[in-house]
Amino acid sequence: MSSSSSLSLPRSLARLYPFAKPAMPRVIGGIAAALLASLASLAIPIVLQWVVDGPLLTGDRRLIVWSVMAVLALGVAEALFIFLRRAFVLRPMTEVEFSIRQTFYERLQRLQVSFHDRWQSGQLLSRMMQDIGLIRRWLTFGSIMLLVNVLTMLIGIGLLFRWHWALGTVFFVCSLPIWIVGYRFEQAYGALSRKSQDQSGDLATAVEESVHGIRVLKAFGRGGHALGQFRRQAESLRSTELRKAREVGLIWFWYDMVPVLAIGLCLMTGVVLVGLHQLSVGELFAFFALAAALRWPMNSLGFLFSFMIDARTATDRVFEVFDAEITITDPSDPKTIVDPRGALVFRNVHFRFADAREREIDLLDGLDLALRPGETLALVGATGSGKTTLTTLPTRLYDVTEGAVELDGVDVRDLRLEELRRRIGVAFEEPILFSASVRENVLLGRDDLEIGSDEAEAVLQEALEVAQAGFAYELPNGLDTEVGEEGLSLSGGQRQRLALARVVAAAPDVLVLDDPLSALDVDTEALVEAALRRVLANTTALIVAHRPSTVSMADRVAVIQDGRVTEIGTHSELLRTSEHYRFLISTLESGDSTQSGQEVSR
Amino acid sequence: MSPESVQGTRGEDRETYTREESRAIRRRSLRLLASILRPFRKLIALTVTVVVISAVLRAIGPSLVAYGIDDALPRAISAGDWWPAIGITAAYLAVGGIGAGLVGWYVVLIARLTQAVMIELRTRIFRHTQRLSLEFHEGYTSGRIISRQTSDLESIQELLDGSLSELIDAVLLGAFTLIALFLIDWRSGLILVGMGVPLGLLMWWFVVQSQRGFRATRVVSARLIVQFVETMTGIRAVQAFRREKRNDREFARVSDDYRRANLRVINLFGTLDPGLVMLGNITVAVVLLWGALRVVDGGLAIGVLLAAVLYVRNFFGPLEDVAMFLNSYQSAVAALEKVSGVLEEEPTVEDPQNPVPLAHARGELRFDGVSFGYGGAGGGRTVLAECDLTIPAGQTIALVGTTGAGKSTLAKLVARFYDPTEGCLTLDGIDLRELDPSDLRRAIVMVTQEAYLFSGTVAENIALGKPDATTEEIQAAAIAVGAHEFISKLPDGYDTDVNKRGGRVSAGQRQLISFARAFLADPAVLILDEATASLDLPSERLVQDALQTLLADRTAIIIAHRLSTIAIADRVLVMEHGRVVEDGSPEALVAAKGRFAALQRAWEDSLV
Repeated sequence: MSSSSSLSLPRSLARLYPFAKPAMPRVIGGIAAALLASLASLAIPIVLQWVVDGPLLTGDRRLIVWSVMAVLALGVAEALFIFLRRAFVLRPMTEVEFSIRQTFYERLQRLQVSFHDRWQSGQLLSRMMQDIGLIRRWLTFGSIMLLVNVLTMLIGIGLLFRWHWALGTVFFVCSLPIWIVGYRFEQAYGALSRKSQDQSGDLATAVEESVHGIRVLKAFGRGGHALGQFRRQAESLRSTELRKAREVGLIWFWYDMVPVLAIGLCLMTGVVLVGLHQLSVGELFAFFALAAALRWPMNSLGFLFSFMIDARTATDRVFEVFDAEITITDPSDPKTIVDPRGALVFRNVHFRFADAREREIDLLDGLDLALRPGETLALVGATGSGKTTLTTLPTRLYDVTEGAVELDGVDVRDLRLEELRRRIGVAFEEPILFSASVRENVLLGRDDLEIGSDEAEAVLQEALEVAQAGFAYELPNGLDTEVGEEGLSLSGGQRQRLALARVVAAAPDVLVLDDPLSALDVDTEALVEAALRRVLANTTALIVAHRPSTVSMADRVAVIQDGRVTEIGTHSELLRTSEHYRFLISTLESGDSTQSGQEVSR
Repeated sequence: MSPESVQGTRGEDRETYTREESRAIRRRSLRLLASILRPFRKLIALTVTVVVISAVLRAIGPSLVAYGIDDALPRAISAGDWWPAIGITAAYLAVGGIGAGLVGWYVVLIARLTQAVMIELRTRIFRHTQRLSLEFHEGYTSGRIISRQTSDLESIQELLDGSLSELIDAVLLGAFTLIALFLIDWRSGLILVGMGVPLGLLMWWFVVQSQRGFRATRVVSARLIVQFVETMTGIRAVQAFRREKRNDREFARVSDDYRRANLRVINLFGTLDPGLVMLGNITVAVVLLWGALRVVDGGLAIGVLLAAVLYVRNFFGPLEDVAMFLNSYQSAVAALEKVSGVLEEEPTVEDPQNPVPLAHARGELRFDGVSFGYGGAGGGRTVLAECDLTIPAGQTIALVGTTGAGKSTLAKLVARFYDPTEGCLTLDGIDLRELDPSDLRRAIVMVTQEAYLFSGTVAENIALGKPDATTEEIQAAAIAVGAHEFISKLPDGYDTDVNKRGGRVSAGQRQLISFARAFLADPAVLILDEATASLDLPSERLVQDALQTLLADRTAIIIAHRLSTIAIADRVLVMEHGRVVEDGSPEALVAAKGRFAALQRAWEDSLV
């Protein structure tokens, strides 16, 4: 999240062009309509003048009626062109906004998990809503008005020159500070604009956390504390906004002052010129009519400048996501697995997080591990030994930094992500459900089945049975009950069972389960284990285990320590031979812990 | 109070309301706006004064130029008296300069007002959502609260920030011109007044349509935010289950709804604005025709006609700004409707009217005929039925039973996440509903399975248990629960930012951190709801050891599926279908060969 862009303002905004391109013909139409509307509105006073000087003096009623009709026609035309200006650009620009937003979302979904680790979702959210909305408003309104107003100003100043060179020069020289002030403003306001938009992203993050962590805050009664922190963040946003306002106030002052100065000096010069008989009174009057018409475009420049800078900041923030490299992609020359057996091999695997310090050793430090087809292997290790990280490597949520993970002899990086993630199914430590029905959540990995078909229902039923998730039938709307954020809230154990059902339903060649039964009670756990055994009989599985009961499902156990597999064997072998293993997995090392506990508590 | 159908956040997703409902939520939101603006009366008065003065000054400017040409110029030429011309120019510059200065000042003032209002609204929503009971949060997604706090507030900010000066300008100018027009030619004035009828109709049409339109945009934008937040928080599952393409379609659908909703309201404005220009130009034409005919008949001076036409044009120019104001106003009020709905929600767990203080709790808990059902008394399904129970101070209780037996509910009642639907629950003889909330939170702390970490350092996360804790205290707590070792191995130790390395702090480590939090909080009653589920056995053993000292002098309620935790309990309660079916010391229950004995056996089997 760099604090400012290295690109200049126009180049920064020019990056929007590919998105705006489809709308360009209509934008040009819109600009034409805007200019025509201005012309019509300028023509009305001219006709009025003509009426006053002509037919009104001669008293020709017919001509009066006709000229009034002309005024009316021009008036209607003006309204029509104003309408057209919007009709041209409004819809296409909402489509441009839509396509930027869609690209943004699609890109985020494909950016690797390590990107998401670094970015707070509030920051992403404020870009998705606020910044992209701002870009649309800038494209629809700001950019066109800026163009039209600058054009009007240039044409106007040109006309003033033609009218009278001396007055024109005075006016032009007086309007020069606009550009100087504008340049200084860009420097000062640009940084503030960036800061304020970043801070409002942080604020969104704070709100999100306060809601996601509501149970903790309530349990400790720390609502007030959180509020205090939130308020401090909100206060710093406010102070940035107020500093922005001071800059805006200053530029509005100048952009109001400059035309005043110009007109004031022209008045004086004009009077002198008339005195010297260089200019007629009528000409002077007309000059002021024109100069007055230039006042609004000049005034509006201040507003449009700050708008443009805000749009640039928004563009930069959005493009930070577009520019982030997607490192985990489909290979250029994908292989396929011809004979899927489900052999998963970790070969000299090294892994370190991108933001790890230099002195840190690799989290996985040359790990070798081979799962035979159909085998169930339990992974045991102390907290923080890298077990969970290991489970993210086969599906390429992260990529190894060195070495390789191979599925059926093919490096996972040589497989298309789609195929890889279809072949390997993973259930996370923390079950994640989406706002959808139970049915859709469980069948998430089965895009080959049509939801509601007999086959799908059979898979669903089977999966729910294995995961002992029969409670789902009892939910208010049965399997059509909405769960997830927007739906019914389930207990941790229920969520975990649905997540397990999901990975079972996906029927992958290889199952990767990260402590899949932690939230279940003993009875349910035993039932799930019994059912899982059936599934595991002919599926390769890697299971992170914290408990002897989970380990009991495995054919072999691998012990992971200091980023390597230090021991491997059956549960009973390891219990016999490895002290470290006993330390990790046995509750009975110091005799019956039930009794030892009671002794202390008495 | 709003009608029941739109009370609080109810009916929030509807786009149409009955007239009565619509009026009620609009009133509710305006009341909110008024209550927020009230403390800033002085600032508002100052801002308005500045705007009025600057509007007047801006109106004076052109007349000075006119006067300069009409009056000072001839004098300078004919009489050689340059002073009036110089004076006029100086006056013009002065008036313009002061006007420009006031405009700049206004920008700063209005930002102060806007920001003050924003802070107030943000704080209110934040404080209120924190106050609302869990029941509310379980039904109202985080995405919606976020959208209330972000995109809704943005609409309100736009109203305050941009539109006030335009509105005042326009109203003042409109009033001045109308009076002036009547003074010089009342017939033209009548035409203008007559045009008020179609003008009013046009505005009324816009107000009615845009109210509906803006409501729809608020609903859809919340949906968009919910979808987005859910995808980003669940990104691992999204990618692992290849949900990207389906999500793309889903998001595109909601995003397109949002686009349409937006387009609908901007199109409304796109009709209103040229409509106003059209009415203005027609009026000019009518005034011109009637005036010109009168001039020809000798009933009107040309100069007067010219002035009348100019005034009419001046009148309609600023109306565009009024339209802009109406537009922002409608958008902001639609947002305020949603915000005020959240603020209208009442916590089902209410703060006591006359809180009873309890400085030093001993920790005796008593359940007196406590029943609880989700969805209120009578109607909902009963989760806990007529529970009578006394837990003496200092006792460690283990709650055992299958999922859905009511263990967590019992715990949540003690932590006052919910209130009993019947009966009462006391701590040291004081009904929890009467107890001072901050004393309650100090006395009773609950640690749950989901160990949520907030962004910030590890130390800050532990300090949540006791915000004024010293570094030594924080470390001592971590050491006590066995978290110190892994924390010191983190790159920056206690100062490691958990957010940046969120992927690296495992579920087990998070649980250790939240244990340290609870240790630091030092409550009289500690509730552990599956708080050790994700720990590996070595860590669990450390926690067990820590618990034995930690729980020695306090009341504890432990819910755990692993009976190892129960080892340290003095007393076990076996629950089934919302009732306590067995109650006794672990040995007694094992001896009784009931449910607990069976569970104990199953657990021991699982250890082999």
